[in-house]
Amino acid sequence: MSALQIIFLVIGALTLASAVMVVTARKIMHAALWLVLALGGVAAVFATLEASFFAVMQVVVYIGAIAILIIFAVMLTRKVMEDTGPQVNRSWPWALLACLGVLAGLVYLLSNWGGFLTAARAIPEGGENLVQFGQALTSPSGFVVPFEVASILLVAALVGAIYVAGEPREK
Amino acid sequence: MLPWYQDPVNFIAAWLRTVLSGWGLAPGAVDFILTFLGAGITALLGMLWVIFLIWYERKLIGRIQDRFGPNRVGPWGIFQPFADMLKIFVKEYITPAGADRVPYNLAPILSVASVLLIWAVIPFTMTIMGVNLNVGLLLIIASGGLSVLAVLLAGWGSNNKFAMLGGFRAVAQLISYEVPMVVSLLIPVILSGSLGVNDIVKAQNIPFLVTAPVAALIFFISSVAESGRSPFDLVEAESELVAGFNTEYSGLKFGMFYVAEFLHAFTISLLFSTLFLGGWRGPFAEQYPLLGFLYLGIKTFVVYFVVILFRGSLPRFRIDQMMDLNWKLLTPMALVSLIITALVAQPLVSLPWVQAAALFAANAAILIIFMGWAGRKVSRKRPIVGRPRPLAVPHPDDHMPVEP
Repeated sequence: MSALQIIFLVIGALTLASAVMVVTARKIMHAALWLVLALGGVAAVFATLEASFFAVMQVVVYIGAIAILIIFAVMLTRKVMEDTGPQVNRSWPWALLACLGVLAGLVYLLSNWGGFLTAARAIPEGGENLVQFGQALTSPSGFVVPFEVASILLVAALVGAIYVAGEPREK
Repeated sequence: MLPWYQDPVNFIAAWLRTVLSGWGLAPGAVDFILTFLGAGITALLGMLWVIFLIWYERKLIGRIQDRFGPNRVGPWGIFQPFADMLKIFVKEYITPAGADRVPYNLAPILSVASVLLIWAVIPFTMTIMGVNLNVGLLLIIASGGLSVLAVLLAGWGSNNKFAMLGGFRAVAQLISYEVPMVVSLLIPVILSGSLGVNDIVKAQNIPFLVTAPVAALIFFISSVAESGRSPFDLVEAESELVAGFNTEYSGLKFGMFYVAEFLHAFTISLLFSTLFLGGWRGPFAEQYPLLGFLYLGIKTFVVYFVVILFRGSLPRFRIDQMMDLNWKLLTPMALVSLIITALVAQPLVSLPWVQAAALFAANAAILIIFMGWAGRKVSRKRPIVGRPRPLAVPHPDDHMPVEP
């Protein structure tokens, strides 16, 4: 096992463990902080795959946004932000069963996929080609339609947020 | 390979590499050791440099306020920060009751680390830099996100209302000012065609301060706001919030926040001179890379002087004024100048001097329009919410006790 594989296993274990902590932590603030760690782990996985652009974007978008999430958590939840009730309800065995079923299905599907066996394409000197990536996002033969749809969705969300948050105009 | 007197750091690195390989270490292990050493030395020098910065800033602020500044310990008081440092090392750590231990202790470390992260991608000379990352500029933005997190952790972990309010303010301020900062950083990216910091420096045959003065101004203002210093120090406004997010910190934990603040102020100067003043570029900097270090140092200190002047001479904003400045002036200005820069720069790419002149003219027009028209709109008087109640004035009908 090479050093990179060991690093990957450590990061993966850390990410999964903190993802579990996100849903089991009692304080909502702690859950948000565990989420930071989990997303940071994903960024580290990107970094070990030499996808530095995605690693950095992961930090910018997610970890930067978590701060806002925390503030909302503090402002919108109960005073102490600590829930003392039971964390599962009666039907947790069924939920577990459904989750395991989905997991088994996904593992079966992915094990039939040939992509695991093809060798990864070598990354050119100096990291991934950002120019190519940018052009693919804006060229009609590339991903311009999903890119623009996402942009319009975000603009709509912005307008909606301003409408909801703004004071009603007097007539 | 350049001779040793032109590029000593890489010379030493190459020499170390041959020595370590000679001991029979694997190439991967040699790389690891060298990277570790480089990162450690850069971080250590950065933190030690703060000792000088503190003295320099206190002395300058003293002069601005018509005082001497530190002048007792050593010549010109230059050993004063050492005395302060020793004092802060031996002070007691106080952890408030009910503090959230892990966030509370993590916050000071994270706040210094988020600033030092920027040093990893800054090219100090043509050849000396941590990593020539092709997304270096994004890393700089990401480090801003981490510093927000540090402030919020400190505010939350302290179990103190003032600290929490300081943390909230910090998040509102830092996240808002990140918008014009990121947009203004896109302009050097458009002009140089790269996200790598060293490529941006190399593209500055004409410094971007000339071709993109609006972006430079916006970047300067918003990065001063990011560093949370006066006039943007609402985060730790002592007249309102005790000391903001670091109210409950003592000893070296407070010292870490202090170091982070000073280092951040210097780092934004370093960034400004790298991105807009041409970084290490200067006469003969390419033949003698060590000269580039000198050029970068001079440029950085010019900018740092202005940052300190800012701190020493401007009063603190009110929070609504600060948000108005950001959302009603800087953000639209950044967006307009981004669009205009893209439109003007692209057709004139083959004529660099004409392009520079056109960009300068376009930027001047943007600046005049915004300062003349939008600036006046932003600085209008705001209506006061509710009528002010003269609480200190007794009502005439009230019975007044007779003074004995």
